[in-house]
Amino acid sequence: MERSAAVALTISTLAALGLAAVYIAGGQPQAEGVLLALCLGGIGVALGLWGKDIGGSHREPGAEPAVVTAERPELPSDAGPRADVAASLDRGGRALGRHDRRRFLGRFFATAAGALGLAALFPLRSLGPAPGGALRHTAWREGSRATVDGRPVRAADLAVGSVLTVFPGDDTSEDSATVLIRVDPDRLDLPAGREGWAPDGLVAYSKICTHVGCPVGLYQETTNELLCPCHQSTFDVLRGARPVSGPATRSLPQLPITIDDEGFVVAQSDYEEPIGAGFWNRERRP
Amino acid sequence: MLIRPVLRWLDDRVGGAPFFSKALNRVFPDHWSFMLGEIVLYCFIVLVATGTYLGFFFEPSGREVVYDGSFAPLQGVEMSAAYRSALDLSFDVRAGLVMRQIHHWAALVFVATMVVHLARVFLTGGYRKPRDLNWVVGVTLLVLAIVNGFLGYSLLDDLLSGTGVRVANAILLAVPFLGPDLAFGLFGGEFPTEDLVPRFYILHVLVVPAIIVGLLSVHLALVWRQKHTQFAGEGRTETNLVGERLWPAYAMKAGSLFFLTVAMLAALGGLAQINPIWAYGPFRSGLATTAVTSASQPDWYMGWLDGALRLMPAWELRTEWFTLPNPFFGGVLVPSLFFGLLYAYPFLEARWTHDRHRHNLLQRPRDNPGRTGIGAAVASFYLVLFLAGSNDVLAGVFEVAPESITALFRVLVIVLPAAAFALTRRLCRELQASGLRPIAEPGGPRPQPEPEPEDPRGGVRR
Repeated sequence: MERSAAVALTISTLAALGLAAVYIAGGQPQAEGVLLALCLGGIGVALGLWGKDIGGSHREPGAEPAVVTAERPELPSDAGPRADVAASLDRGGRALGRHDRRRFLGRFFATAAGALGLAALFPLRSLGPAPGGALRHTAWREGSRATVDGRPVRAADLAVGSVLTVFPGDDTSEDSATVLIRVDPDRLDLPAGREGWAPDGLVAYSKICTHVGCPVGLYQETTNELLCPCHQSTFDVLRGARPVSGPATRSLPQLPITIDDEGFVVAQSDYEEPIGAGFWNRERRP
Repeated sequence: MLIRPVLRWLDDRVGGAPFFSKALNRVFPDHWSFMLGEIVLYCFIVLVATGTYLGFFFEPSGREVVYDGSFAPLQGVEMSAAYRSALDLSFDVRAGLVMRQIHHWAALVFVATMVVHLARVFLTGGYRKPRDLNWVVGVTLLVLAIVNGFLGYSLLDDLLSGTGVRVANAILLAVPFLGPDLAFGLFGGEFPTEDLVPRFYILHVLVVPAIIVGLLSVHLALVWRQKHTQFAGEGRTETNLVGERLWPAYAMKAGSLFFLTVAMLAALGGLAQINPIWAYGPFRSGLATTAVTSASQPDWYMGWLDGALRLMPAWELRTEWFTLPNPFFGGVLVPSLFFGLLYAYPFLEARWTHDRHRHNLLQRPRDNPGRTGIGAAVASFYLVLFLAGSNDVLAGVFEVAPESITALFRVLVIVLPAAAFALTRRLCRELQASGLRPIAEPGGPRPQPEPEPEDPRGGVRR
């Protein structure tokens, strides 16, 4: 035991010196980790060996065996001390006055404490603004130009099968992220009421998945499906981006777009419904 | 010897010699599984030490900066100051990367050993009265550890962690009535915000760790006060403790385990790369949506929640005045039910079995087939959710559609726990009947369980 422990401690010592040397030489993560592990491991092994030896063959005469038996005292206090606690509480209560007076004042204390608690809750509001309509609106407005890196997008630049992530003007806030896709206009089968939203097969959908809000990043041209990489929801681009598979339950909201006089893609309005993940009062009209 | 004068000096001012001599002679029952909780404690010490070191270099700020450090591929890229400082401490601070990786590994092992420790306490009935109280403290520690792990992982503000926070945002939004206010309150506005990093930082380095330290102290104080449980065996009863004394045997063993644990974490931190944030790139609000990410996986202890989100069929409750969004079921309901039942289990079991006695002898898993069956069911349920969290990766490996994997898991998540329960319960009963014993179990043939001794004080039990 002694020899093995001494070897372990020697390795530990050498590793510590090595660690210092590596550090001075400029550091190297792998070497640092290994040398630190050797330093600590050497000490751990030595302690373990020494500890294992207790009560073993080297036991000194008269020393007790390693494994001993001890009493386990009962946890609960005796009835006496328990009664003492109750009696002490009563004594204090009596010192505070007659029963009816205590109850009278006690109610006021409870009311004051409750009011304080309530007042202390108000600063919580400062942590964040009231959601208000923030979850229902994006930065898209009537006439907002769709941009990539701040440059407006020309409708003519998108061939069938092209896909772009666009933002309204200079505003690159996440909830405005929109995918712009050119599909064959004859195959497009949008829900009723969206006539004129997709000029020449150019459709724009919110890029924020309606499941938990990941960007719907993958477009499969062969199937005309948008796929969310987080939880594998897929959306049918030709049919108003309705969910085809995966956990998403709602279609990606569609942005009504048109093409302005200079050939740039512009929005007709903001999205007509909240984009992204759901929330409890989503369907309520504010 | 210098020790005696020092002790005298101290005792003159503080007293307490009887306590210390009793403490040094205290007996600790010995079983390898009693060391699991210790590893949790040692990981926590490593987390505090390495975390403090990292705190000297980390800049908890969401403001936009341009990178010009020594990692060439990201030169000139816009990113948050937090992400830049994480890159700097990885590449330009000597010993920074190894500290960061040890910190991350320690967090993973921290939660992992906590779960194994919990499983041991569960399967051996260690949570029964009087330790039901400490079970509640322990489950709370598990929740806090998971929360703090997630906060720390999100602090670096890389693309991958940003995706995780995005999912967390949606889960918060899905909470009935309070959702939007909770999300806006946590992030300081509509996600994503610049406030996210500084807020997560103060929660990660002060608020949650302070609560963990407090509850950890309570947890250990209760172990000290109630003393360890022990397995049944020759000479071991409900009213005694058979084991080694604190000084020196237990102290040597615990000390050795401490150094070996830290050594293992150091080796992992040096050799096993973890969370290479430079490969993911920065999370930049809005523009992050243009980066294509796939196979994004959270840290292991969040995998089951991600799996629950993925397995949930595309249902949601939608009425004119109220919506229960789809992530509510996987992200809010599943964890609430899981932890709710976990908290309540000791009390539910006591109610079912009308068991109001105090227990100091542990049961072997086979001694309580029903409970062990429940344990196996929960483990298999968790396993299916965990695997479902990587259904896209599995689909790639087995070259099938992710939908098929998901459909399979939807069946398994119901069938497997039921099968595991029935099979394990039966196995336990047969083991009981066979009288087979583990080879290395101390104590030889086990005495018949003794009838609970009558409480001499009467009436004060409960």
